Amino acid sequence: MGRTLAEKVWDDHVVRRAEGEPDLLYIDLHLLHEVTSPQAFDGLRLGGRRVRRLDLTIATEDHNTPTIDIDKPIADPVSRIQLETLRKNCAEFGVRLHPLGDVEQGVVHVVGPQLGLTQPGTTVVCGDSHTSTHGAFGALAFGIGTSQVEHVLATQTLPLARPKTMAITIDGELPEEVTAKDLILAIIARIGTGGGQGYILEYRGPAIEKLSMEARMTICNMSIEAGARAGMIAPDQVTFEYLRGRDHAPEGEDWDAAVEYWKTLRTDDDAVFDAEVVIDATELAPFVTWGTNPGQGAPLSSNVPDPASYEDASERLAAEKALEYMGLSAGQPLRQIKVDTVFVGSCTNGRIEDLRSAASILGGRKVADGVRMLVVPGSVRVALQAIEEGLDKVFTESGAEWRHAGCSMCLGMNPDQLAPGERSASTSNRNFEGRQGKGGRTHLVSPQVAAATAVLGHLASPADLSDQADAAAATAGV
Amino acid sequence: MEAFITHTGRAVPLRRSNVDTDQIIPAHWLKKVTRDGFEDGLFEAWRKDETFVLNLPERQGASVLVAGPDFGTGSSREHAVWALQNFGFRTVISSRFADIFRGNSLKNGLLTVVLPQEAVESIWKLTEADPTVEVTVDLEAREVRAEGLTVAFELDENARWRLLNGLDDIGLTLQNEADIAAYEGARPTFKPRTLQV
Ligand code: SF4
Repeated sequence: MGRTLAEKVWDDHVVRRAEGEPDLLYIDLHLLHEVTSPQAFDGLRLGGRRVRRLDLTIATEDHNTPTIDIDKPIADPVSRIQLETLRKNCAEFGVRLHPLGDVEQGVVHVVGPQLGLTQPGTTVVCGDSHTSTHGAFGALAFGIGTSQVEHVLATQTLPLARPKTMAITIDGELPEEVTAKDLILAIIARIGTGGGQGYILEYRGPAIEKLSMEARMTICNMSIEAGARAGMIAPDQVTFEYLRGRDHAPEGEDWDAAVEYWKTLRTDDDAVFDAEVVIDATELAPFVTWGTNPGQGAPLSSNVPDPASYEDASERLAAEKALEYMGLSAGQPLRQIKVDTVFVGSCTNGRIEDLRSAASILGGRKVADGVRMLVVPGSVRVALQAIEEGLDKVFTESGAEWRHAGCSMCLGMNPDQLAPGERSASTSNRNFEGRQGKGGRTHLVSPQVAAATAVLGHLASPADLSDQADAAAATAGV
Repeated sequence: MEAFITHTGRAVPLRRSNVDTDQIIPAHWLKKVTRDGFEDGLFEAWRKDETFVLNLPERQGASVLVAGPDFGTGSSREHAVWALQNFGFRTVISSRFADIFRGNSLKNGLLTVVLPQEAVESIWKLTEADPTVEVTVDLEAREVRAEGLTVAFELDENARWRLLNGLDDIGLTLQNEADIAAYEGARPTFKPRTLQV
């Protein structure tokens, strides 16, 4: 019988398989950052162990790093200690590190792909749940806990039980206004935050094949929000073109051998998935979340749902709690929700295409009065590219703040936070209570919706802007 | 890792679904570089509310957390497990756990027990009616017992064996050094490397 993409990559990494034991999997690439590694290095030290494969390990600083005044000492002493601990650990054990201020620094899931380290058919792990991002290349990539970080450092392997596989087929073509972010939010709303539990998702179908690598990363990034540890997309010409010539991409004969292998990484026609979901792309529209988990989303054109409409008691309760926390009432049109802050960035939507699309909407327009907009590139390389294209000017001229690379307002660990009660439209991936700062309220959106929202001051899509322009033009009698 | 064989203690009914790791331990606590001292961060936001179940006098010293479905969703932070343990929990019962959280728990000797939602409801009712009721989680017998209630649970044999014996995963893996070395010897040269060698 044929095998799925996930099964092929899994099988190719089994170091040892024995009855009644989890498979021992080899790990091709281990990414580290400051938050989940200190206790792992401590463990190594205690056990008198070393890092087995320094050449398969790389670290960057992202979660704690400030996005302004990066040349000054970090104000928060606890953040500073954590960054210093990473620097000390990397120096002691010999791990390659890209610290704050380095040209390769950035959010760990932006850095791996842009260096060409994330490749089809590899296993990639990191002490961070959004490691699923790397699955966009046809890699088997998943987040791990600190004990597992220590395990990989010491052994370059992990004992794991093989998850089941789920096909998520997106038929048809995405309407023009609909982005990868809308698509993944719609998928999560459909299957729920626990729907992918125990599965590796494979996104496939014509709508997926048409997507750029960056859009594919946006989709795979949020697999974890559907409960799946990993999401994958079969590598194709788009993948190969993205990788060609990158720092760590294979060259010469190695490139040819690699591509030959990568081409085999497709689910066989006769392979059977454990579960399948089919979504019609043509029915999708810009999507936003209204609640406090990423599954609580709806089309922007709809209203805040009525908790009473949920049949499942725990879902109803969750919806009630969410509306209370979010300060929303049932039936309120989503478009009328006013925001204080707009955040464009994160490993979901902090890459160059995301910045380009936000800039294309902001260009020549102004961020609404009373709205603060933060644009935070996912990495220093993304920032440099944006500056070269003049995007930073577009943002600052429209009144947005252009910042240095990092996780920033994706989570409340660095100075960029929401104040209690403040509401954001955010291109990040989690709308949990307090995620962006204590008491902060988050609506997850695409970069396009974020930019339109910044201009109008309430949740909006780019189409609303042209309506507004047309309306203004009409009243002006033009 | 501390072994887990059987544990008896009072319970805390946490009637919430989708309890994510940002609730269990908020991000600003993740700046610590040790594995201990997280107890005050556990459910920090909710504990500001005096009526939150963990704050109630009758719940002090309880060691069995009984939560709604999809416990531990969200980030991979192992700090969530440490916070629960630092606070005094030895085991968490829910009808469904997020994968990474579950894996992290088992690595630290915090036993996550999957029971059907009806059984979770029964324990909630028991402990809400009488907070002094004790719940036993018996890993050897693979069952949860409380007044008038015995429910079996599943845990794969290998994980159970490691927990019962408190075994260190890394040590176990390193016993397979020859297999790892053989695998490394056969890896294709086109695989990426972070360092030039
Ligand atoms: S950008 Fe957000 S989700 Fe991504 S690694 Fe940073 S904190 Fe995590």
